[in-house]
Amino acid sequence: MTVFEKPKALTDKVLHYCPGCTHGIIHRLVAEVIDELGVQGRTIGVASVGCSVFSYNYFNVDMVQAAHGRAPAVATGVKRSDSNNIVFTYQGDGDLAAIGTAETVHAAARGENITVIFVNNAIYGMTGGQMAPTTLPGQITQTSPYGRDVNTVGYPVKVCEMLSQMDGATYLERVAVNNVKNIKKAKEAIKKAFQNQIDGKGFSLVEVLSTCPTNWGKTPVAALGWLEENMLPYYPLGVYKDKTKEEN
Amino acid sequence: MSEKVLMKANEAMAEAAIMAGCKHYFGYPITPQTEVAAYMSKRLPKVEGGVFLQAESEVAAINMVIGVASTGKRVMTSSSSPGISLKSEGLSYLAGCDLPALVINVQRGGPGLGGIQPSQSDYFQATRGGGHGDYHMLVLAPNSVQEMVNLTFKGFDLAEKYRMPAMILADGTMGQMMEPVSLDMGEVKQYDKSWALTGTKCEREPNIVNSLYIDPAELEKINIERYERYKLVEENEVMYEEYLMDDAEICVVAFGVTARVSQNAIDEARKKGIKVGMIRPITLWPFPKDVLNKAADKVKCFISVELSMGQMIEDVKLATECKKPVYLCNRVGGMITSTDDVLKSIEEAAKIGGEN
Repeated sequence: MTVFEKPKALTDKVLHYCPGCTHGIIHRLVAEVIDELGVQGRTIGVASVGCSVFSYNYFNVDMVQAAHGRAPAVATGVKRSDSNNIVFTYQGDGDLAAIGTAETVHAAARGENITVIFVNNAIYGMTGGQMAPTTLPGQITQTSPYGRDVNTVGYPVKVCEMLSQMDGATYLERVAVNNVKNIKKAKEAIKKAFQNQIDGKGFSLVEVLSTCPTNWGKTPVAALGWLEENMLPYYPLGVYKDKTKEEN
Repeated sequence: MSEKVLMKANEAMAEAAIMAGCKHYFGYPITPQTEVAAYMSKRLPKVEGGVFLQAESEVAAINMVIGVASTGKRVMTSSSSPGISLKSEGLSYLAGCDLPALVINVQRGGPGLGGIQPSQSDYFQATRGGGHGDYHMLVLAPNSVQEMVNLTFKGFDLAEKYRMPAMILADGTMGQMMEPVSLDMGEVKQYDKSWALTGTKCEREPNIVNSLYIDPAELEKINIERYERYKLVEENEVMYEEYLMDDAEICVVAFGVTARVSQNAIDEARKKGIKVGMIRPITLWPFPKDVLNKAADKVKCFISVELSMGQMIEDVKLATECKKPVYLCNRVGGMITSTDDVLKSIEEAAKIGGEN
C-alpha cells in the first residue's frame, strides 16, 4: 500500500532550491492539487522570473516562461485561447508586486478565470537578497543594508488587502507554510483556487508566506521562526475575499 | 474578378487578419492606429471563438499575444511607435521562444512622445529587431491599402512557416488611407504545431515554450540554429518592386508612402528627360540586397527617400557596398516628402550624379 509518493504533476528533475526553501513544499502542494482534481492533462502553467524561474522543469504539464511580471498577461492569453485550459501562474514578490503590479491588478480587475500562486518571502531571492515590495520595515536586505526605512522607501505592499478592493477578484486567501497545520490549510486554499477555475468562477489568488533562509541569513528552522514572529503579524492569514461564499 | 470594398487601411488590415484565421487581438488605443482596435472590438465578438481584449497597456497586450501564440493559434496586436517601444521586450521574447505572431506598427513622429503625424523613423527599431539580443522579425512595408491586406495575410503565413514574429511597418498616412480592396486571399495554409501548448492530455511529454538557456553552450547553439532559419528567409522571402529601372541612371529607393510620392516625382522627372527609376523594398527584413547590389553596377547614384533622419539609407549603402553615392531625401516630425521635394533631389542628383 503506497503511503506517500511523488505527485504525477511533478517531474523527476531534482529541485535546485536552497535547503529549507519553502518553494519545494509549495510546488508539491500545487502538484498534489492538480493530481487530485484530475486536470494534469489540460493544465498549462506560466513560469515567472525569480528563484522559481525553472519551475517549467518541475511541473509535469505544458509550461510557458513569461517575462518578469508579465505572467498574468501571458496567462490571460493562454486561458482566452481555450477556456478548457486550466491556467496557473507561479510568482514571487518581485514578479507579482513590483514589476508585475499592473498585470496582477488588471487580471484581477478583468476577473480572469485563472489561478495565481503568489510566493511572498519578503525578499528578492534569485538575485541575491535585495529589498522587495514586501520587505518588512526595518528588515535588512542587500539594498536596504541599514534596514528598510519607511521614511525614504515607504511601506510594504499588502497584496491580498489591495486586491480585495477589486470587484473582479473572486477568491483571495493568504496562507503560510511554516508548520504542518498551516501547510494543510495552504493546500486547501490552493485546491479551492484551482476548483474555482474549473467551475468558471473567476480570478483566484493564494498568497503563500514563505521563507528564504539563505538571504535572510538564517538556518531553515530559524527562518520558520522569523516568519512566525515577524511576517504573520504584518501579513495576517485568512480569506480576504470569497465571492463564492457570497453567492451561496 | 473578386468584389472590391472601399476600406480604411487600419480596418482593412484587421479584416485581413480575420480572413487569415486570426481570432485573437489584443491592443491599446494610440493614434494613428486606434481604428484597428475599434474595428476588432466590433468584429471579433461576431467571429466564432473570437477574442478581443483592450489590454491595460501595450506591455500587457504583447504578453497576451505571447500567451495565445504559445498555444499555437494566430494572434495579433497593433500599435504606433511609442507603443512599439513598450512592446520591445515582448518582441525579443517572441523571437527567443520561436513564436509566430503579427505586430502592426503604424509609425508616427518621434522620438519620445513625438507627434501623431506619419513617419518612417522606426526603421532601425523594426529591422534590427526592436528588443534586446540577436534576432530578426520579418518586416513588411505596404504602400497601398491592398498591400496592407495582402501583407497582413502573408505575414501570418510567413510567421508560422518560419516560427518568428512578423511586423507590418506602415505609417500614419498608410493607416488612414481609404482605397478599394479585394479581401479574397485564398486558403490559409496549415503548419506543424506539435510544439504548441495544448495540454499534455497525459498522452505526451510536456511542451515548454521558453527563451531561458542558462548553459551558454546551449544558448549559442540555439542562436546559431535560429540564424540558419533566418538564412532561409533571406534566400526565399525577399520582396520588392522595380519601377522604370531598365534604363535608369538614378535609382530611388523608397517604401510605404514615400514610394507613392516618389513614383509621381519619377514620372515628372522622366518628362524632363531624366532617366530615373525606383526599387521599392516590400520586405525591409529581409532587405532586397541583391537587386540593389546589381543596380549599383548600372546606375550612377541612389536616392533614399525616407521620413526619418536617414535610416534605410544605411542599408542601401551596405547593400550596394558604397559602389555609388547614396543621397538622402527626407522629411521628419510628421512632415511628408512632397512630389516637389523628391523631384528636386532627383534633379540635384542628375546634375552631380556620381561622375559628371
